Order: sequence, then C-alpha cells, then structure tokens
Amino acid sequence: MNYAVETKDLTRIFRVKKRRRRRSESKGSEQDVTALKDVNLRIEEGELFGLLGPNGAGKTTLIKILCTLLLPTSGKAYVAGNDVEKDPYPIRRIINMVSGGETSGYGLLTTRENLWMFSQFYGIPSKEAKKRIDEMLEAFGIWDKRNAKVRTLSTGERQKANVIRGFMTDPSIIFLDEPTLGLDVNASRTIRKFISDWVRETSGRTVLLTTHYMMEADELCDRLAIIDEGGIVACDTPRNLKKTVSKASSLMFEADYLRDPDKLKGIEGIQNFTYKHNGQMNRTLLTFIVEDESAVADIVSRIVEQGAKIHSLEKREPTLEDVFVSLVGKGLA
Amino acid sequence: MKENLRTLLGAGWLGWQMEANWTDPFLFMIYSVAKPVSAALILVFMYIVILGGVATESTAFAYIFLGNAFFIYVGQVLFGVTWVIHEDREHFQTLKLIYISPISFYYYIIGRAGSKILIATVAVVVTLLFGIFILGIPVDAFTMDWALLVLCLTVGMACLVSIGIALAGITFMTAKHSGGINEGIAGLFYVFCGVVFPITQLPAWGQSLGYAIPVTYWLEAMRKALLPAQQLEGTGLHGIENFWLVALLAVSALFFYFLSILIFRLGDYLARRAGKIDMTTAY
Ligand SMILES: Nc1ncnc2c1ncn2[C@@H]1O[C@H](COP(=O)(O)OP(=O)(O)OP(=O)(O)O)[C@@H](O)[C@H]1O
Ligand SMILES: [Mg+2]
Repeated sequence: MNYAVETKDLTRIFRVKKRRRRRSESKGSEQDVTALKDVNLRIEEGELFGLLGPNGAGKTTLIKILCTLLLPTSGKAYVAGNDVEKDPYPIRRIINMVSGGETSGYGLLTTRENLWMFSQFYGIPSKEAKKRIDEMLEAFGIWDKRNAKVRTLSTGERQKANVIRGFMTDPSIIFLDEPTLGLDVNASRTIRKFISDWVRETSGRTVLLTTHYMMEADELCDRLAIIDEGGIVACDTPRNLKKTVSKASSLMFEADYLRDPDKLKGIEGIQNFTYKHNGQMNRTLLTFIVEDESAVADIVSRIVEQGAKIHSLEKREPTLEDVFVSLVGKGLA
Repeated sequence: MKENLRTLLGAGWLGWQMEANWTDPFLFMIYSVAKPVSAALILVFMYIVILGGVATESTAFAYIFLGNAFFIYVGQVLFGVTWVIHEDREHFQTLKLIYISPISFYYYIIGRAGSKILIATVAVVVTLLFGIFILGIPVDAFTMDWALLVLCLTVGMACLVSIGIALAGITFMTAKHSGGINEGIAGLFYVFCGVVFPITQLPAWGQSLGYAIPVTYWLEAMRKALLPAQQLEGTGLHGIENFWLVALLAVSALFFYFLSILIFRLGDYLARRAGKIDMTTAY
C-alpha cells in the first residue's frame, strides 16, 4: 500500500542570488538557505498529521513541494505513491491546499462566484458544486456573505472561504498551512472541528497540517512531527511525545527583569530552559524542564544572585510545548 | 475532454467578469475599443504624412491600413495572455491555486484570453469600418472572400494564442511583470511580418525570419480575403494561390504551436524549480 505522503531524504535549498557581480564572492554558499534537509516522513492514509515548528523551520516549503508548486533540490517526495517531480498531474487530482493569512481570491467576484469558479477546475458539475458551496457557506457561518464581493470580506471571512475552497473539491489529501492563523477563538474552533470531523467522516481522507499552536496540534493531530531548521527532530503521537518528557516536570518562574538569564544555563538536573522578557511589567518569565526537582534550590539561588525577586513559581504537567522546548531548545511563541 | 471544456468555460467566464467589471459600459467601450482603434489610426495617419499624402484609395494605402488594423489582434492577445499570469500571481494571488488544480493550463489561458479576443475583434471591426467608410478603402462585402477570412482568422487566433502560451511560460519565470516580453515580440512581428511594408524590403536574413513567422502569412491572407482583386505586388507572397497561402500559414502555425508547448514546459519547469509560481514581489 502507498503512503499518503512519503519523503526520502528530501532536501530543498534556495539559492539566493547576490547583487554583487564579483566572482570571488559569488562562490560562497553562505547565501544559500537550506529550508529542508534530508527529511524522511511517512504519513499513512487516513491520518491527521501535524507539522509543528518555529518560524523558518521549513513547514511551508515542505507543503509547497508536496502540492507540486516547488521542486525538491534533491531527495524524493511521493504523494499517494506519485513522484511530485515526475507525476504532478495525478497528484493534483486528489489534493488541495489552504494556507492561512493570505489574501488570495478574485476580489471582484462574490464569495459564491469565486468558489464556483474554482470548483469548475476540479470538474465538479456546476449544480453539484453550487449545492456543496451553499452547504459549506452555511456550516462556516458566512452564508450571509455569499453575495458579497470577496474584496469586502474581513480577514476571517476570507479565510473561511479559503477553507471552503480547499474542502469543497473533496480531496483525498489536503494540505493546510496554518489554517487558523489570525482567526478569533470561535472561528478557529469552527475550523478545527470541521477538520477533525472531515477526516473521520470517510475513511481514507488524509490531512497534513502545519501550526504554531501547541493546543491545536495536541487537540487535533493523530501524529506529529516536530521540525526545526529543516529537519525532523521527533515524530510520534502527541501522547507519546509528552511521555518522553514526563519523567521531567516543568517549572515556571516569574521574576524581576533579569539582565542575564543565560547565566542560568548549565545547572545540574535541568533538561532545558527558555525565558521571555516582559518589558512592560519589567519581569522575566522562565520555564525550566527539570529531571530532578532538587534543581529548584539551585535555580532559586541563581536568580536571587542576580538581585531579582521571584514573584511566582508554578509546576505543570508536561505539555507539547515542553516537548518542543526539550527537543528544539527554544520556545515557539 | 469534458473537464477541459469546464476549465475553458470557467476561465472564459472569469475573463469576461474581469473585462466587464466596469460600472459604466460606455467607459468600458472607450477603454477597450477606442484605445486600440486610435492607436492603429494614429499610425496610419503618420504614414500618410510621412509618405507625403498617398491616395487613401490606393493599393499601397490599403496594404498599410489593413496590416495595422489586423495587427491590433497581435498586440492585444500577446499582452492579454502575459497579463493574465501577472495579475493572477501578483494581484489576486490565485496563480498557485490554479496551478495546483488538475487542469490543463492551456485551456485556462485560452478561456481567459477569449474575452480579450472578442473585444479585440470589436476594435478591429471598428477600425475596418472607419477605413472603409471614411477613408474609402474599397472593401466590398459581396466580392470579399469570406471563406478565406473565417478560415485564416481562426488559424491566426489559434496561432496567436499559442505564441501567447509560450510567453506565459516565460512570464512564469520572471517574478516581476515584464511588459517588455510581449511588447518586444509584438514589435518584432511588426517589423518582420509585413505589417506596413512588404518583407521584400528587409535584408535577406530579415526576409527569412519573416517567412518563418505565421503572422506574415496570416496578414497576407487577411488582406487577400478583404480585397481579393487589389493586391500589392512584390510582397514576396504576391500571386501565391490561396490554397498554398493557407497551407503555409497552417504549417508555420503548427510549428509555432509545438515550439510554444516546448517553451511553456521549459518555463513551467524552471519556475517550479526556482519557486516562482507563487512568488509575489509585494509592491
Ligand atoms: N523563495 C525563497 N527564497 C529564499 N529563501 C526562502 C524562500 N522560501 C523560503 N525560504 C527560506 O527557507 C526557510 C524555510 O521557510 P518556510 O517558509 O518553509 O518556513 P516555515 O516553517 O513555513 O515558517 P513560518 O512558520 O514562518 O511560516 C526560511 O529560512 C526561509 O527564509
Ligand atoms: Mg510557513
């Protein structure tokens, strides 16, 4: 059986052209960006698979390659067994893509017209398409915008219309690049619910979704890959991923502004730590993942050494965020 | 096939929505028709001045006039096709969505270009009517060769669209809109295809180039269809039988068709490699 998605040592390098002409300089490869490096991934049919990673990790690049928009530099990528490089056409028949935070669409058409037009590129009979579109406009709560010009829609309404565009063609595999980016809580929830219902409604439907939101990944995905700097650093179910850090616990400190938080590195018993400054409050938030809680004493004394007061200390059960921090060495937000 | 038809109609409908998106149909007519018509007429009047007052009824003048009138199609179609790629990518940001849909891109382009051809047709007809009724070019509906006109107009349009497809492939690769490409090609055709002067006036290499481009045969066929009895001599194609003229047009058009597919595929591949399909220059 074919995997819905399979990649073998998939690598993508962006060659960034230099403005300068000088030969001696143009040889250097420091200008090249390696967006993906030897990525090996297998997504089964029927999975709701998540890609989690910080900005610039290579998530969008991977999606573009799988959507046949971009060619790999080396390595292979297969969608439903078809090579993205050699057989893009059979792939295009069974996929669709939605990316968040974009403004695409023919602004001069109405929401319904815009969707209808795209449906025609997927060979859906006109009547059937209109029926589907109306149902989905209703389901996403933008039925009242059906005859509004696309250019007059709000960001969230546009995004919902975009999601409809992706799902209305009934793809076997859908690629969602941060589908809830910039949406309010309700809209995000509507879309998340739709995605998880959709994938379970009929067997054989596959979703590959990228996100920044840990909650979203945790709640939605059957399996997750954590990607950083173009490489997959972990791939498992959210539960198993959390298990890997469960012997550790996570401690959150809120202290006065720390001039030099990096000094807290290298305390024994700490698996990883991150910090965030809150300039407005003049505070620093520190998150430690500790294997051994006796490290607390050391942490406290190091903070106090810097002349800062500790305002609060909280212990949490491990979350995906902790998994991420322990693997990548930095937070997501 | 049915799916391609759906693409064609969907794209055609979209193209028409865009063209007719003018709130005022009068302004729309002015912009889409009067502009190319006046551009063609300005050129014609310039020639009258330069040539020191040729009789507008003369064969030479008819040659220039008809060449310019039909050349409206070349400019409009080539511009139209490259513009479609540009505005889909930059303005609407839909090019990537269309690109990943399971369509034949050719049908999409043909569909989008359809309304442009229709509007260009109105412009050409208006120009011709002006020439016939105001300037007295002796075109006669009863002596005209309608069969030749319809046949060659169809082949000519197909040929222009396929040249447009090649330009679309090139436009794929250029992130910025390069109005230069279509204008450059159109300019090339204007010089080498016997629009205002017979290609026999060109140096030998230029003549060879002219004979290789279907537009040359197409314009000659258009003139012959409209004025069967009044043909300029020494055009290099004078006296050729209609059958052979059509055959030459068809063969060169076919050659350009295959060439354009090749160029499109190459452009498509290079654009996909460079990641230019969804690139916006964000201006
Ligand atoms: N067309 C391009 N030219 C040059 N570099 C590029 C191009 N596209 C992406 N990159 C680089 O490749 C890397 C990966 O980018 P990508 O968009 O895949 O990240 P991402 O994981 O989607 O990030 P984000 O969470 O911010 O969306 C980045 O360093 C980016 O700057
Ligand atoms: Mg991204």
